[in-house]
Amino acid sequence: MQLIFEKSQPGRRAIRWDTLDVPEKKLPADLCRAEAAALPEMAEIDVVRHFTHLSQRNVGIDDTFYPLGSCTMKYNPKVAETVAALPGMARLHPHLSTSTAYNGNVQGAYELIYELERELAEIAGMQAASIQPIAGAHGELTGTLLMAAYHRDRGNTHKDTIIVPDSAHGTNPASANIAGFKVVEIASNAQGLTDLDGFKAALNENTAGIMMTCPNTHGLFEKDIAEIAKLCHEVDALLYYDGANLNAIMGECRPGDLGFDVMHYNLHKTFATPHGMGGPGCGPVGVGKRLLPYLPGPRVVKKDGGFALETPEKSIGRMAAFFGNYLIAVRAYAYLRHYGGEGLHDVSRKAVLNANYIFARLKDAFEPAFDGRFMHECVFTASKQAEGGVRAMDFAKALLDEGYHAPTVYFPLTVPECLMIEPTETESKETLDAFCDTMLKLAERAKTDPESFKEAPKTTSVSRLDEVKAAKDLNCACL
Amino acid sequence: MNPDQLKYTKDHEWIGEDGGLYVVGITAHAQDQLGDVTYVELPAVGRAVSQGDETAVVESVKAASDIYAPAGGTVAEVNGALEDKPELVNQDPYGAGWFFKLKDVDASELGGLMDAAAYAKYAAESEH
Amino acid sequence: MGSWIPATERDTAEMLAVIGVKSIDDLFASIPETLRPKSWNLPPGKSEMAVRNEIERLAEKNVPGQLCFLGGGYYDHYVPSAVDALSGRSEFYTAYTPYQPEISQGTLQSIYEYQSSICRLTQMEFANASLYDGGTAVFEAATMAVRCTGRKRIVLHESLNPRYVEMLRTHAAHLDLDFVSGDDPTDAACVMVQNPAFLGDVRDFTELGARCKAAGALLVVSFYPVSLGMVKTPGEMGADIAIAEGQSLGMYLGFGGPYLGIMATRKDYVRKMPGRIAGETTDKQGRRGFVLTLQAREQHIRRTKAMSNICSNQALCALRALIHMSLLGKEGFARLAAHCHSKAEYLKEKLTFAEILNQGPTFNEFAVRLPRPADEVVRALSDSGIIAGLPLESCGAGGPSDLLIAVTEKHSRAELDQFAAALENAACN
Repeated sequence: MQLIFEKSQPGRRAIRWDTLDVPEKKLPADLCRAEAAALPEMAEIDVVRHFTHLSQRNVGIDDTFYPLGSCTMKYNPKVAETVAALPGMARLHPHLSTSTAYNGNVQGAYELIYELERELAEIAGMQAASIQPIAGAHGELTGTLLMAAYHRDRGNTHKDTIIVPDSAHGTNPASANIAGFKVVEIASNAQGLTDLDGFKAALNENTAGIMMTCPNTHGLFEKDIAEIAKLCHEVDALLYYDGANLNAIMGECRPGDLGFDVMHYNLHKTFATPHGMGGPGCGPVGVGKRLLPYLPGPRVVKKDGGFALETPEKSIGRMAAFFGNYLIAVRAYAYLRHYGGEGLHDVSRKAVLNANYIFARLKDAFEPAFDGRFMHECVFTASKQAEGGVRAMDFAKALLDEGYHAPTVYFPLTVPECLMIEPTETESKETLDAFCDTMLKLAERAKTDPESFKEAPKTTSVSRLDEVKAAKDLNCACL
Repeated sequence: MNPDQLKYTKDHEWIGEDGGLYVVGITAHAQDQLGDVTYVELPAVGRAVSQGDETAVVESVKAASDIYAPAGGTVAEVNGALEDKPELVNQDPYGAGWFFKLKDVDASELGGLMDAAAYAKYAAESEH
Repeated sequence: MGSWIPATERDTAEMLAVIGVKSIDDLFASIPETLRPKSWNLPPGKSEMAVRNEIERLAEKNVPGQLCFLGGGYYDHYVPSAVDALSGRSEFYTAYTPYQPEISQGTLQSIYEYQSSICRLTQMEFANASLYDGGTAVFEAATMAVRCTGRKRIVLHESLNPRYVEMLRTHAAHLDLDFVSGDDPTDAACVMVQNPAFLGDVRDFTELGARCKAAGALLVVSFYPVSLGMVKTPGEMGADIAIAEGQSLGMYLGFGGPYLGIMATRKDYVRKMPGRIAGETTDKQGRRGFVLTLQAREQHIRRTKAMSNICSNQALCALRALIHMSLLGKEGFARLAAHCHSKAEYLKEKLTFAEILNQGPTFNEFAVRLPRPADEVVRALSDSGIIAGLPLESCGAGGPSDLLIAVTEKHSRAELDQFAAALENAACN
């Protein structure tokens, strides 16, 4: 397909301007650019067709089942888009929060933030939450900065190390590093859980904290979590909860009750805000009592019968210019309101039901990566199939030809030839059955005709792409 | 370089003397594990390194690995050809695909490294 | 119960039978009883209609104003209808990161075209696929400059948005960096400037760029995208890293987000740049296609040593920016800048009762000192539906009577006249 720049025709335009009703002014020539930016010159209909055609080369949840493990690709309710577009939300200038003179202009927004933060805290058993962090990794950075502030405040200058399991998302060690910590990785055990002995060996006076997710990225509940929390707190180390898998446990258990001190939520996963091709997300941070004084500021508080801003005394400062991805938070608020407490509990129960159903149907054809009970996602290894020449990536590509998005492959790094399937609660039994039928069909074909996988995908707008060429040529812009 | 006469690290680097300088590269096993090398970040000439220091980075599409100095010394030369042809690391890991050369090396530091036979055994084991 | 879960009671029973357990509770047996929720104090759920009513009521409590002269880095520009229509296609907004490039060419080509448009706008060589926003882009640029130079001193120019500086200090609190004010590049990783300045001044940083180069420091320019319809570009000034808050390229003000962090650089530094990058390549049949490239720099591969921890970015916002720029086009982008600048100059000349604080030229925003405290004045105007601007004392960038006023293409001459009169009335009487 042509690039938009290749469709440009000199003199063509999509925008009509009203006559400038004031005298035209120019900056002094030495402050001006020499030439106009070479943006496309097109009619509106050609711009519209270009992006319509591009969209047709994409696949979203509205098109098909999207079982991308660890990413929680659930249905994005349309009402959330409607409320986020309300003029009272979309047109609100953020600097209305900068001067108290405008306090009366933003009471609705403050009320929504206040309520959302309160409910997020309750869902996870935290004392408070802040919607400032802009994405999950930004929430991790906020959380690790909070941990650093806590230790600095208490004179724990020796506490310079964060423990991270080897099954963790790459963002965990990367975030801890930016917050100034050294990272110690510990291995998972054969059951796919954090190895208690390995953890004890890594834990010492210098440990500032541990970053975990529970259920972990293997989809398994960390059975020793209470013990890990107790041991951490004995040496004044803190527990960070990566909220990527919160969709598995709502109403069944809460990170705060498990002993976690700080966490982030992925509103774009658990609370169904659209993933937008990779963003915007929204990654609020939640804290227990230990980290409450350090939260990013300012915060919305109740005051004089209304809402106002206040910065906690020991606040780490500003993580966002204002309130993070506010319009994403509005979408999540709509989701929370629709479900309520009972509904959220049902979300997690049905998410776990769906994942276990897929597991039950596929476990004889694909080797389970672990023996335990999977929760919201199930993890297989295609090692046996790989010996016959069909690797995890080949299954992924073959699924594209069958009209599905592929599961997550090659993550977590702990599982060879990993296939990680997360169906979410928003998929029907018929959808799950059709997907499982397809997986079983492909497993059979891998035995009889492994060569056929190498040509997949054949039905997509392009076939497998040369990533080595891309990295060597580095053609990243049409100039 | 003749692989049989080189010394090897557990991180899959090799080192060998050539004309008074010590040449460093990565092994055939290492380049095979990485896949097609797309980029090599080389150290500045004149930089002093200690044994085990991160001295270069090698990247493929799916991985990035640090290259640790097999011995301490001063970087005397780097292989500029890798800038345009990183694939030399795959094609000729013990020859045209070398990374950098060290001078002022304390030869006693090489004593702790593996010889070719020991490395061959080590590489075979690390595949499993 | 929510309506977004399809499972019926019969489905559930059939699935439990296949799984081989009696109840859903059995699936949660690995969670010990002692760890069950200590409370679950959440309101009951409600219908979509009731949800919408509730949020509409909240929205009605907000007062965005009929006329808005607030800027300070975020501007009330017109968003063409096609931006919403196209970015609202669910093939875009319900997709995720293009992990499977064969079914993500829409995403990947749009990222490539976005990167191209940003390079054309800034006259830089490489752009990434997006960062979170303008403030975090300042932080990412600072740490990128540290990686490129091996130095730890960050020089902060007075032109920078004070909010960005606050964010930078929060993010970098434990990185052992040395922040100094001014513009001396000696021993610095970078000098960071903003153009136009937070208070609106337009400058030429070419000479500073040369001094940075001589001193081995990078010049980082935070720019305002719309201004580049007229103003000298970061590339022309010799910038090594160009960053921006991209909100003005088709994003709604939305009380702070989602916005768009823009970052571009020179070829020398592209491998030190954080974030995703799309690159052109070919498929097995030799057809053009696009993939994410240079991923070995990123957290999912490089983990602790990654260039940044960023994973989710603002891809949909980058798409909006690309559509917005494509609709405006070469001529339209220049017209947009001309309208903003000319209207701001018109208003500036009308405000004879106030002292203009900018010494030199400004683009579409300027600071004034009023005869009365700015808080009182903006409160009075707000009652008549006019958001008069940003009282500068509230963000530590001026005195109690100082006000920052921004003008965009949305303001007609009549509205500017109306505003000037209302401001004079509130400020002088």
